Amino acid sequence: MGFLENLINGVSLGSVYAIIALGYTMVYGIARMLNFAHGDVIMVGGYVSFVIASSMGLNPLFGILVAVIVCTALGITIEKVAYKPLRQSASLTVLITAIGVSYLLQNTALLIWGANPKVYTSVVAGWPQLQLFDGQLIISAETVVTICACAVIMIAMVTFIHRTKIGKAMRAVSEDPGAARLMGINVDSTISITFAIGSGLAAIAGVLLCSSYPTLMPTTGAMPGIKAFTAAVFGGIGSIPGAVLGGILLGIIEIFAKAYIGTQFSDAIVFAVLIIVLLIKPSGLLGKYVPEKV
Amino acid sequence: MAMLSVEDLNVYYGSIHALKGISFDVNEGEIVTLIGANGAGKSTTLNTIAGLLRPRTGDIAYEGESLVHVPAHKVVEKAIALCPEGRRIFLNMTVRENLEMGAFSRGGDAADETMEKVFQRFPRLKERINQSGGTLSGGEQQMLAMGRALMSQPRLLMLDEPSMGLAPILVDEIFDIIKSLHETGTTILLVEQNARMALKVADRAYVLETGNVTMSGSADALAEDDRVRQAYLGG
Repeated sequence: MGFLENLINGVSLGSVYAIIALGYTMVYGIARMLNFAHGDVIMVGGYVSFVIASSMGLNPLFGILVAVIVCTALGITIEKVAYKPLRQSASLTVLITAIGVSYLLQNTALLIWGANPKVYTSVVAGWPQLQLFDGQLIISAETVVTICACAVIMIAMVTFIHRTKIGKAMRAVSEDPGAARLMGINVDSTISITFAIGSGLAAIAGVLLCSSYPTLMPTTGAMPGIKAFTAAVFGGIGSIPGAVLGGILLGIIEIFAKAYIGTQFSDAIVFAVLIIVLLIKPSGLLGKYVPEKV
Repeated sequence: MAMLSVEDLNVYYGSIHALKGISFDVNEGEIVTLIGANGAGKSTTLNTIAGLLRPRTGDIAYEGESLVHVPAHKVVEKAIALCPEGRRIFLNMTVRENLEMGAFSRGGDAADETMEKVFQRFPRLKERINQSGGTLSGGEQQMLAMGRALMSQPRLLMLDEPSMGLAPILVDEIFDIIKSLHETGTTILLVEQNARMALKVADRAYVLETGNVTMSGSADALAEDDRVRQAYLGG
């Protein structure tokens, strides 16, 4: 039973990584940049929903909605102010800017909410647990909701990029921005939409993460952000199913490492797995290499 | 008045002066070809007209309106399409999706109608409709690239090296298609390294050398010119 419990917890943690990794992978796929501030948008989502639900005492679902709206607006603003002017710059310049934005968000949160951790009340507090095998296996409502949210989001994203006009335009931009412009696609607004979607998802990830791990600090988003980035690379950066697979595998590996090897080693093991996968398959698990035909 | 009029165009890649003040005209209903060696500036010219590159000085007038400050994604709305060098189809998208992208700036129903017309012209694409672009042969990819450009219903179609890398029988097929597009009223600006074929279909031609127009005239006259024959038609 312990094994099954660990597995379910791993999938749940992995689902949070997967939702964050979707934002990383979509932004990378379309803007060819690593948005290292993505993890901190999660933290902002956590704080906004905390303020609405815990400080103001309003409905937690309303808190999620406000968090999504605030983070979406934040993502668009970050892209416009910090990244768009650097569209023609070297990728290292953009990367350093992204790290700068990350620190800016962390320190702004520090100024507003202080350094003391907030105790986050789960958005599904009071919802019934799932009891299986005569109560031997207890699955929390947070776990169920997190896994379901990840599944719904992944299906929605895959449908979106394959079935809608904007989604197809995003794929076209990710493959060849120049050719996409020749088609009449506005590359700048497509990138903007991608940031909006990724940041909205980060807000949901923030709420889910804080519901399961209820300590909220200005640095809360940093480590999950790095791990979700790892997950995106692990699964094949640029690939949506890859981000989800990478995220879930990473969550499972982390929980199993914690349970069977040791808490201190878990992060080291997670990153060691990444290194091994990249040595064997540099494009990641589901990363595609399409040879060009001449 | 010419449909497209390029005036003293200067384009730089960083410090490299790629187009050194070239001028030429394309009249409605014509096939005009730009011929020249690698690096003469042919593709640069088409990319600048399409808005992918910005000229430092000079003007591009299309039906009396300057295109110099029009962004690339707005140029296609003016019924100008570029079928780029190397085809640049979307390899991970299906044939249908590639064609849909070609009609991105137009409404959905109009696009369906145009897609039927494209399939009449390229029946092979219809057979491959749900295959991804990367699985097509070189000739099919070129047809997809041309079909995609036609989806925007251009009045001016710019083709950049449409015969590049194709087997001779496919080269003939592509040039037949160019002729039939011309017969249905599309104005064509053609860039080709295969000068022999290009001069055969074109009404007029311009010879580009290292960013300058060095010769121009009717395609027939240029095909007879000794210098052109020596440099581009193999003597």
